[in-house]
Amino acid sequence: MDVRFINPFLEGTVSVLKTMAFVEPRPGKPYLKKDALAKGDVSGIIGLTGAASGSMALSFSKGCILKIVSNMLGEDIKEINSDIRDAVGEITNMVSGVARQKLEALGLNLTAAIPTVVAGKDHTITHVMGGPSIVIPFETDTGPLVVDICIGEPKK
Amino acid sequence: MDIDKNMKILVVDDFATMRKVIKNLLKQIGFENITEAEDGTSALRTLKSQEIDFVISDWNMPNMSGIELLKAVRADDDLKSVPFLMVTAEALKENVVIAVKAGVNNYVVKPFTAEVLSEKIEKIFEKL
Repeated sequence: MDVRFINPFLEGTVSVLKTMAFVEPRPGKPYLKKDALAKGDVSGIIGLTGAASGSMALSFSKGCILKIVSNMLGEDIKEINSDIRDAVGEITNMVSGVARQKLEALGLNLTAAIPTVVAGKDHTITHVMGGPSIVIPFETDTGPLVVDICIGEPKK
Repeated sequence: MDIDKNMKILVVDDFATMRKVIKNLLKQIGFENITEAEDGTSALRTLKSQEIDFVISDWNMPNMSGIELLKAVRADDDLKSVPFLMVTAEALKENVVIAVKAGVNNYVVKPFTAEVLSEKIEKIFEKL
């Protein structure tokens, strides 16, 4: 996978969570993931086409997403409910928007599809390109989240 | 021009959460008189049946998108002067050009803070 795709999504995630939820995620060391099992309790996934094809998923631990959405909405949310699912879709959308803006500056124009959201223990993330994917882990004060990206080589 | 903090604002977004987020940000900067719509079609109905002073609309929505709503508003003699702020996840230049041509008053790219929203609104009402 072209490494130029990694940073824009990392920066997008930090920017969206800091701006919309006042949560500052701390990135860890990226690694290669070979299975489809999600790392979190709720995930948003979005397909990308254009200069290259693939998909990006954000997978949040329960503690992490409850804090994020509570901050975004200004109310205390205690369970993964429809507000959380809705917000995960919107966060996925926004992260992809910020990342695509940064990729456009590198001459890599991508178009995003509509995000889908999956919740539940041991749910899976199926990438458009099959996999393996690159995972960027993040820590927050209330739990981890990961960005899981699988994008093919840019078209010549 | 001073901004009337009691003006009636219509927030249009297909995501209920995003409508809540925008309402929350508006409340932080002193606006409480807010109504909502989930797409362009229902927004247009609200605009025709209620006195709306300001529209904040998402771009990407099913049924009627934000840009279609903006064009419909500008084409309607009763509504054409309503200030319109477009919210979008797309910062692509060609989109800005399309929105400006359609008569948008300002443009805000997600994610944004209450301060940014406040600045965008002030800019709109300064120019009116």
